[in-house]
Amino acid sequence: MKEALSLVQRVSAHPDSRCWFVSWNPSGSLVASCGGDKAIRIWGREGDSWICKSVLQDGHQRTVRKVAWSPCGNYLASASFDATTCIWKKKDDDFESLTVLEGHENEVKCVAWAPSGNLLATCSRDKSVWVWEVDEEDEYECVTVVNSHTQDVKHVVWHPTQELLASASYDNNICIYREEDDDWECRATLQGHTSTVWSLSFDATGQRLASGSDDRTVKIWKEYPNEAGQDLSWKCVCTLSGYHGRTVYDVAWCPLTGILATASGDDAVRVFKEDESTGPDQPVFSLAAQVTKAHSQDVNCVAWNPKEAGLLATCSDDGDFAIWRFHED
Amino acid sequence: MSAGGRLENANPVIFQRSGERLLTASDEDEDVHDRIDDREIFDLIRSINDPEHPLSLEELNVVEQVRVKVNDAESSVGVEFTPTIPHCSMATLIGLSIKVKLLRSLPDRFKIDVQITPGTHASEEAVNKQLADKERVAAALENSSLLEVVNQCLTTRSMPDLICICQVVSLSVQSWYMNSCFCWTLMPQSKVDSSSENYIMII
Repeated sequence: MKEALSLVQRVSAHPDSRCWFVSWNPSGSLVASCGGDKAIRIWGREGDSWICKSVLQDGHQRTVRKVAWSPCGNYLASASFDATTCIWKKKDDDFESLTVLEGHENEVKCVAWAPSGNLLATCSRDKSVWVWEVDEEDEYECVTVVNSHTQDVKHVVWHPTQELLASASYDNNICIYREEDDDWECRATLQGHTSTVWSLSFDATGQRLASGSDDRTVKIWKEYPNEAGQDLSWKCVCTLSGYHGRTVYDVAWCPLTGILATASGDDAVRVFKEDESTGPDQPVFSLAAQVTKAHSQDVNCVAWNPKEAGLLATCSDDGDFAIWRFHED
Repeated sequence: MSAGGRLENANPVIFQRSGERLLTASDEDEDVHDRIDDREIFDLIRSINDPEHPLSLEELNVVEQVRVKVNDAESSVGVEFTPTIPHCSMATLIGLSIKVKLLRSLPDRFKIDVQITPGTHASEEAVNKQLADKERVAAALENSSLLEVVNQCLTTRSMPDLICICQVVSLSVQSWYMNSCFCWTLMPQSKVDSSSENYIMII
């Protein structure tokens, strides 16, 4: 293998706790991490190393499960097991809590901003997906509650350019939503995984979606035009099986290089490349690099830097986050 | 958790407890690296209390040494447990208690899988899926009342439990058994003040 994944730095981000998720800001200069210690930490590069720039505490009473930056990079949203989502506003070098979004019955599992920055989606163990609208005065209003899943909703992600939302659930399915007459509706249900779907990632064009599951596979889904013009049509065009020893907790499709990274409960980080010779309807992905003991415990998240190609952040149950560089010689 | 005094399985079959682990010469040799073995894991979980009966999981045959599989080199532990009845509503709680006990006792490197013995429970798949979902387990353990019940299952049975039991009972050994079950089920709801007079009464 000519490709390799080399460690740039390892940081103890949430000591004595889990690090659940990491997220790059849009300019790729900061990483936000969150964990079981109820804190959010913002990391920035100084010289060759990553140091903690600020700690966001007291926003949540329980675990902070995921964080997401707004497309402008001035806001950070955090989803917590305390059933709330907190919006933080960047002020100089620090962050202040702007507002708290309440309404979910129990744990909020994920939060995501639409590409326009005007919409925010949250999902919860209460089986629902909520879409919030943000106005110019920083006021948030819930515009829709969708109950298309029959179980705990694990993840939500927006299409990179359109107002199209996807969600993944404990009910093994993926739902895709679009606004229809002021109402958000599930326009497609993607069935195929045989256990919990933990994570989703669109490719740069938004025509394909990767999903990672407890069934230890990654599936690639592709959108097809529908003759009837009504419901959306997505089909599974590729399944990556046999690579992961345990649950696939996260997938990330690099918007710059098209390389796919996965985080798994077997402590490994893997990177897959698409074979260029194959057609769009039957793509083939092959393992380009893997680090089998990337962390000492489950890897929970993989995130590609949005500006610097090949720079990957990961985090783990061991409380660490790590930065890796993917090389192709 | 079933409230009140009705037991789901009123007359469980009680099994003999196994003896203590026999120590060999190499066990006591400090220079020999002891791998974690099945028996060690079994010893960690066999004295967990049943949520419904004043009996250990071993005495109810919910856990057995043959259903414990450890691979120290691969850092994996698999435990299968057998609910006393196929519709046992306590199955998730029992599985969670086993999982928590192992999470607290074993080094972090271990991957712990706790599952129902195949074919022994009506909701086997759903219970297994829930126990395998670390996010839901993490959220459950942040719930203080649930954590309290789990901790109760994990507490080594001691005098205060007996006292609670005997509160309800006139002290004949035989009725002790029956009524104690009743009392144990009430425990999570009605807490016994361990500083009260009842404490001394029995001792």
